[in-house]
Amino acid sequence: MLAQFLQFLFSGVTVGATYALAALGFTLIYNASNVINFAQGEFIMLGGMLAVFFAQMGLPLPVVLLLAVLVPAVVGVLVEKLAIEPVKGAETVTLIIITIGASLVIRGIVQVWLGKNTFSLPAFSGDAPIEILGATLLPQSLWVLGITALVVAGLWYFFNRTLQGKAMLATSFNRTAAELVGINTSWVLFLSFAMSAALGALGGILITPITLTSYDVGIMLGLKGFVAAVVGGLGNGLGAVVGGLLVGILEAMGAGYISSAYKDAIPFVLILLILFFMPRGLFGGKSTDRV
Amino acid sequence: MKKTPFLGLGLLAVVLAVLPFVLPNSFYLDLAVRMAINAIIVIGLNLLIGFAGQISLGHAGFLGIGAYASAVLPTHVGWHPLLALLAGAAASALLAALLARPIFKLKGHYLAMATLGLGIIINIALRNEAQWTGGPDGMVVPAMELFGYEIGSDRQWYWVVAVLLVIAVWASLNLIDSPFGRALRALHGSEVASQVVGVDVARYKGAIFVMSAFSASVMGSISAHYIGFISPAYADFFHSIELVTMVVIGGMASVYGSVVGAVLLTALPQALATFEGWETVAFGAILMLCMIFLPRGLVPTLAARFGKGE
Repeated sequence: MLAQFLQFLFSGVTVGATYALAALGFTLIYNASNVINFAQGEFIMLGGMLAVFFAQMGLPLPVVLLLAVLVPAVVGVLVEKLAIEPVKGAETVTLIIITIGASLVIRGIVQVWLGKNTFSLPAFSGDAPIEILGATLLPQSLWVLGITALVVAGLWYFFNRTLQGKAMLATSFNRTAAELVGINTSWVLFLSFAMSAALGALGGILITPITLTSYDVGIMLGLKGFVAAVVGGLGNGLGAVVGGLLVGILEAMGAGYISSAYKDAIPFVLILLILFFMPRGLFGGKSTDRV
Repeated sequence: MKKTPFLGLGLLAVVLAVLPFVLPNSFYLDLAVRMAINAIIVIGLNLLIGFAGQISLGHAGFLGIGAYASAVLPTHVGWHPLLALLAGAAASALLAALLARPIFKLKGHYLAMATLGLGIIINIALRNEAQWTGGPDGMVVPAMELFGYEIGSDRQWYWVVAVLLVIAVWASLNLIDSPFGRALRALHGSEVASQVVGVDVARYKGAIFVMSAFSASVMGSISAHYIGFISPAYADFFHSIELVTMVVIGGMASVYGSVVGAVLLTALPQALATFEGWETVAFGAILMLCMIFLPRGLVPTLAARFGKGE
């Protein structure tokens, strides 16, 4: 009983960490520009696929990690420069279509370049499972959780203790006011796309040894990351992390105890229920309209 | 001013009447049928997105309900196809009516999330209930019959959807010009202001959602009968996005824009087939370019340009 529960919990927290990183990516871009970046999932895919590609070239693991995070960050910046900046202030639906267009381009290029096969990546430190109270934990899960925790702590420090981070926060509260006090808001936008793509890619790399990857994994991972971001209340960093873990854990529990066939539906049922009762997510606060 | 929209209706009817006689072969006739089917769906969706300002990223879910009602009920339960079509449409409308209140309390990205989720849940259900739906492989749809006659050939279907398209354009032009349509546009402009002047915002949003779901479901059924085969991909997230893109590329809040958007985006994959492997990239790039250079859509942009010229 307990062993089974722990087993589901471990796998849920591991996947949830990836959702949390993706949700943080959504949050960063949303705060900087009010855009929901539907290409976020493609950065997750890109991270995993590039890691496989660089690893097969025989590069050492740290270099693989670095490259597989940097390249998606550059792609993220390109998307921002070429497609988002020219249409500043466009309608929500226009921006949604632009980012979906970007995701198709990224996915299409990877499909042509690396093919439609499923790829695996060796775990960072072996596959010997660790036994805890009858449940098993993969060493890779510890990597996922450890690095995610480091990243979250790093982000907290960045937003609360550095001038850059505070400038980004200020921009998310009030763009015009931020510009008036001399914050370069287009730099903030640039930085948020780079960071968000890098976060997504990192999640994609970390989870690939456990879940495998292919050119089309980004769609579902991205949408679930979006669910996680909305669960916590859009724009709320803490909410994104909690939302990611919550979505991951409930998905694993639902798959284990209720129905594994409906595993992918669970995050979406969850978000509908949450939105019906709390229209701005768990941490979104009360909505007030300015008339 | 008021004459122009209906002039377009006459033009559309003439084009539709002449088209089957000038199309060179059955490939183009098939394309024309699919364009008309999409145009009707997009007209309904545009009423919701363009006129009422409420986004739906899960509309293919309603297409799926209609299509699978038309496939499953005659096959497994032995219902008449027409009855199955109506049952699907009623189920879609009922689902939309039940969800309208909680969903339309949401705004912007939260609304996008909720509708997206709804579409995905429907899609996953269709994928998983394999004993009914054939699962990811899909299933064969029995032929439609009306008063003992089977509608089978492309040409017969062409006339059915052509007539439906003219009715859809006429009905939505009328709807927009009715008190109901004005209320919708008012709530798009400002919900608070329209509430102040007595528009029951929740009721109007709900009504237009139910109408567009009903129309999508009927067209889903027709599309299923026409193609003769249905798979869950018909109801997936990407198809929902395609429909929304048709609305935006043609022009939000433009009935003729809906038709233009549907025609262009139905033809596009055919045109891109020559790119061999690069179709997805080309499709994505075209979506981005259209939105960057024509954010208001084709028909409103052109209309504005010609208006200036005069």
